[in-house]
Amino acid sequence: MKQKNANPQTLFDKIWQRHIVKAAEGLPDLLYIDTHYIHEVTTPQAFAALRQRGLPVRRPDRTVATADHNVPTLNQHLPIQDALSKHQVDTLIQNCADFGIELYGLGHPNQGIVHVIGPELGITQPGKTIVCGDSHTSTHGAFGTIAFGIGTSEVAQVLATQCLLQYKPKQMRIQIDGTLGKGVLAKDIILYIIAQISASGATGYFVEYAGTTIEALSMEARMTICNMSIEMGARGGMIAPDQTTFDYLQGRPHAPQGKDWERALADWKTLPTDEGASYDQVLHFRAEDIAPMITYGTNPGMGIGIGQRIPTLAEVPPKEQASFEQSLAYMGLQAGSSLLGQKVDYVFVGSCTNARIEDLRLVAEFVKGKRKAPDVEVWIIPGSQQVARQAKAEQLDVIFREAGFELREPGCSACLGMNEDKVPAGKYCVSTSNRNFEGRQGPGARTLLASPLTAAAAAISGHIEDVREYVG
Amino acid sequence: MQAFTKLTSTCVPLPVENIDTDQIIPARFLKATSREGFGENLFRDWRYDAQGQAKADFVLNQSRYQGQILVAGKNFGCGSSREHAAWAIADYGFRVVVSSFFADIFKSNALNNGLLPVQVSDVFLEQLFAQLVQDPGTSVQVSLAEQSISCAVLGIREHFEINAFKKTCLLQGVDNLGYMLQQTEAIAAYEAAQEAAR
Repeated sequence: MKQKNANPQTLFDKIWQRHIVKAAEGLPDLLYIDTHYIHEVTTPQAFAALRQRGLPVRRPDRTVATADHNVPTLNQHLPIQDALSKHQVDTLIQNCADFGIELYGLGHPNQGIVHVIGPELGITQPGKTIVCGDSHTSTHGAFGTIAFGIGTSEVAQVLATQCLLQYKPKQMRIQIDGTLGKGVLAKDIILYIIAQISASGATGYFVEYAGTTIEALSMEARMTICNMSIEMGARGGMIAPDQTTFDYLQGRPHAPQGKDWERALADWKTLPTDEGASYDQVLHFRAEDIAPMITYGTNPGMGIGIGQRIPTLAEVPPKEQASFEQSLAYMGLQAGSSLLGQKVDYVFVGSCTNARIEDLRLVAEFVKGKRKAPDVEVWIIPGSQQVARQAKAEQLDVIFREAGFELREPGCSACLGMNEDKVPAGKYCVSTSNRNFEGRQGPGARTLLASPLTAAAAAISGHIEDVREYVG
Repeated sequence: MQAFTKLTSTCVPLPVENIDTDQIIPARFLKATSREGFGENLFRDWRYDAQGQAKADFVLNQSRYQGQILVAGKNFGCGSSREHAAWAIADYGFRVVVSSFFADIFKSNALNNGLLPVQVSDVFLEQLFAQLVQDPGTSVQVSLAEQSISCAVLGIREHFEINAFKKTCLLQGVDNLGYMLQQTEAIAAYEAAQEAAR
C-alpha cells in the first residue's frame, strides 16, 4: 500500500476506472479492452458472427493470436494428423489472414500457450485490461492487470468493438505473509488457499494477492498463483506491480523503450492500492502453515498437505457427502487414507500454470543424474517455443533425456487432453496443470495436482513423496 | 437469440455439486467450428460408457425425467470458460438451469445464449430435489418478468436475481452486440483520448 489519499482506491479500482468508455445508470459499464488474446478453440464461432454481420475486427493491432489448445506436441513441423484439429487450426490461420491479425501459429518462433507467450513477449503490462476466451487469462494479473476469461459471444463483442459490458465485481484481498518452507512453491500456496476456501470460495470476486510472501516471489511464481484464481471461482487475480515486475518486463520485445519506458514506469508506480482502500473481503494466510500440496479429488479445492490424510466421510458436511464419495470412487482412493506411497503411472509437467523456464529448471535440478521409475511415463511440455529454446540452451534437455523423460513441443497438451496427449482411463497422473476434473486429462484419467517439484519426485520414485525429505 | 418470458416445465434433476464445464462438454468435443450439435455430447462421459452405450443410471437416459429445466447442485458451471457448455445445454433442449450457486463465466455465457440460470436458496433446491425423487412429473414455473420461480405442488416460490440489462436483453431476445455497436462514437473518443495521453 503506497500513497495516502482522500479517496483511496485499490489497484483494481484504478485500472477499472481508467477503462470506462461509458457508464450509465442501470447498465453495465462499457469497458475498454487493451489486449485481446485469441486461440483456435474459442474463436471460430466469434469470427463467424462477425462475418454474418459484415463487421471488421475493430483493433487487429490489439489482438494477438496463437495456436495452443489443440496442437500436437510431437512433429509440429508435419501437417496435423487429426482432421478436426487441423480444420480448427486452419480456420484460425484463415481468420487471422482475413481480419489482419498477427498469428504466432505452429512453426513461428513465438508460438506457445497464450498465457505464457503474452508475458514473455512483454505484451502483458501493468495497468492493462486483458481478456481471452480462456478462463486462465487470470494469469496476466500477476503484472497488475485486470485480466479475465470470457465466452465466445464476448470474444465476438471484443473483436467487433474492443469493449465488453461488465458489472464491477466485488473485491477480495488475500494477504499472505511470512517465509515459505523448503520445497514449498507458488503452486503449493495457491492449492493451499483453494483448499481452504473451496472451489467456489471466491466466486463473484476479483482477488488481489498481497503480503510479504507474494512480494518475495518471482514473476513466474506470481503467474502460477494468479493462473489458478479461477479455480476458487474468482473472475481474476492480480498482484501490484513492483520492481520485480519492472525488471521482468524491461527489454522484452513489446515493452516500451527509452523515454516511453520512463513514462510507463512512472505511471505503473501509481497503480498499487492506496493506503486505506477497502475490499469487500480480506483473508489472511501464513506462509509457515503451507506444506507441499496434493489434490485427491475431482476439483482443485480437494487438496491436502502432502503428509495429511484425505478427509473421512464424517469430516465432510452432510450435503457434500454424495459429491465427495463420487469423487473418491472416480479417483479410486479411500477416505481417511494418506497419499504418500500412492503409485503413479504418468507425470505431466506443463500447462499455463507450470510450463515456464523456472518450472523446467526446478524439475531438472531435482532429477539431474537420476533416472525415472521404469513404469512411469513422463511428459515435459514447455509452455512456448521460447521456453523450449531456453531449456536447450541450458542443456536441460540433456538432463531430461538422461532421466528418461520426454521433452516435447509447446502447447496445452495433457492439461485438457484436446490433442493426442491423454492419460488412459484408471491411470494416476501427477500433473502440474490446474484442473483435476473427471476426464480432464482423458476419459477416466485420475489427476493429482501438485507442484513441479512434487511431480519431479514422483517421476523418479514412481509414487507420491514428500519432497521436503530431499531438499536441504 | 431466442427470447425468454415464462416457462412451465417438468425437470431433470442432477444433484451433484461443483459440476464443471468439462463434465458438461468434454474438451475433445470442442473441435467444431460451428455452434450446432453440441447437445449430442452433453454430459458425454456421464451419459455414455467407453463403448458409446447409454448408462441406464444417468438421468438423461431415464425416460421418467423429461423437461426443459435442468436442476443441479451447488456451484454449477465452474472451470473452463468454454461457451460450448451453454450451447450444449441449450442445444439439448433446456431453457433454464436451476442451482443454488453458479460460476460467473458460465452464468454470463448462458445469458448470452438465451439460457436462463436461476439461482435459488439451498432450502428451495433441497425441497425440489426431494420432490423430484417422489414425483418425476413435478412441474416448475419460471417467470423472467417477475423474476420468480415456483413449484405449485410444493407450495414454494422464490424471487431470483438477474441484472436489469441482461433481463431486458433476454426478454426481447436481443444480444449485447447490437447495443455495443451503437457506442462507436464513445469508443472512438476513448481511443483518441488514450492516444493523446501517450
